[in-house]
Amino acid sequence: MRVVVASGKGGTGKTLVAANLAAVVACLRDVVLVDCDVEEPNLHLFFPSEKKLLPVLADVPVFDTVRCDHCGECARTCQYGAIVVLSQKNLFFPEMCHGCGGCEIVCPQGAITMGKREVGRIEFSRPRAGLTLVSGVLNEREVAAPRVIREALRYAAGHPLVICDAPPGTACPLVETLEGADFCILVTEPTPFGLHDLSLAAGVAGVLGVPAGVVINRSIGEDEIIWRFCRSENIPVLWTIPFEKRIAELANGGKVLTDEIPEMKELFLRLFAEVRHRGEAGL
Amino acid sequence: MIICITSKGPKSTDPVEERFGRSPYFLFHDTEKGDFDPVTNKFADAAGGVGPRAAQVLIDRGAKVLITGNVGGNALSVIQAAGIEVFRYRDGGSVEDAFQKYQKGLLGKMA
Repeated sequence: MRVVVASGKGGTGKTLVAANLAAVVACLRDVVLVDCDVEEPNLHLFFPSEKKLLPVLADVPVFDTVRCDHCGECARTCQYGAIVVLSQKNLFFPEMCHGCGGCEIVCPQGAITMGKREVGRIEFSRPRAGLTLVSGVLNEREVAAPRVIREALRYAAGHPLVICDAPPGTACPLVETLEGADFCILVTEPTPFGLHDLSLAAGVAGVLGVPAGVVINRSIGEDEIIWRFCRSENIPVLWTIPFEKRIAELANGGKVLTDEIPEMKELFLRLFAEVRHRGEAGL
Repeated sequence: MIICITSKGPKSTDPVEERFGRSPYFLFHDTEKGDFDPVTNKFADAAGGVGPRAAQVLIDRGAKVLITGNVGGNALSVIQAAGIEVFRYRDGGSVEDAFQKYQKGLLGKMA
């Protein structure tokens, strides 16, 4: 089973939920936790440990300057503005390239072949018994977040239990993370911003056919706007995390709540039982 | 010689657009013919990579001079590689005003 923790809006508590869920489940069985927020991965802050690194490579065109006659077909085909053709030479902007290979296909001279370039890395660690952490890291200035996410998920593929911390937003990186998952936990906060982005993220899960449930974080007991949305969309509210100073302090200190507050362990185990039930039943 | 001026509209009386890659129009002025030929910038609303692609339009049309407010890093490296001179115009006036100031040598060159 693969569970994705998403939110749409950043800063709602995705990583808090993913980290604690993985920590309590790891006491019972093996779990792989994947940080898919490759532009700003931070799960390792909760689980400091020695890492092993593997590079993530992306496809990039390599130009044969002898064969190239500067016809400009490649530049006209590139949707990302990564190639500019001058009368005597070509300019290539690797950080704008998405590695689609369109330039190679259209080149009438056969002057383009695809080479490799490092765009990020995957970090592996085993921070505690039962828990494997796989973090995707996109290099600065790079745009190929989905490429790094795909690679991170590939390393976790086939494991019986995978929990993914999704990137914020609802664009390609979220789609890459969510596609094919068995269940999506949508973490939100009871604010108009939280609701707005929750509705977008719930829409993505709906389009991808991934069943979803909501966790309301930082609740002060006035969560009606979220409840109203969930009722109208027929999305279950799985749990409500109270707005408490102690929770914020522990999280900000990089502490796992379920290590420090025994009651939290019970609550996260209950959340997992609910998620597993729904994920396996496809509810 | 062909001079390109970034413009908010298709006419030489329209105001100069200070952004290069996202300029709605490029007005190409041929100093031998004396007219302004407007070209719609189809990359004005594109998600990304607009600078180099807009620069390619200038190259393909044989422009030797660009008059605009500012040019981003990627576009500038393309424009410099193509040997196009860039002059900065930020007076908020029309394309004609920018062209006249260029002719009088009143515009600063962008390094």
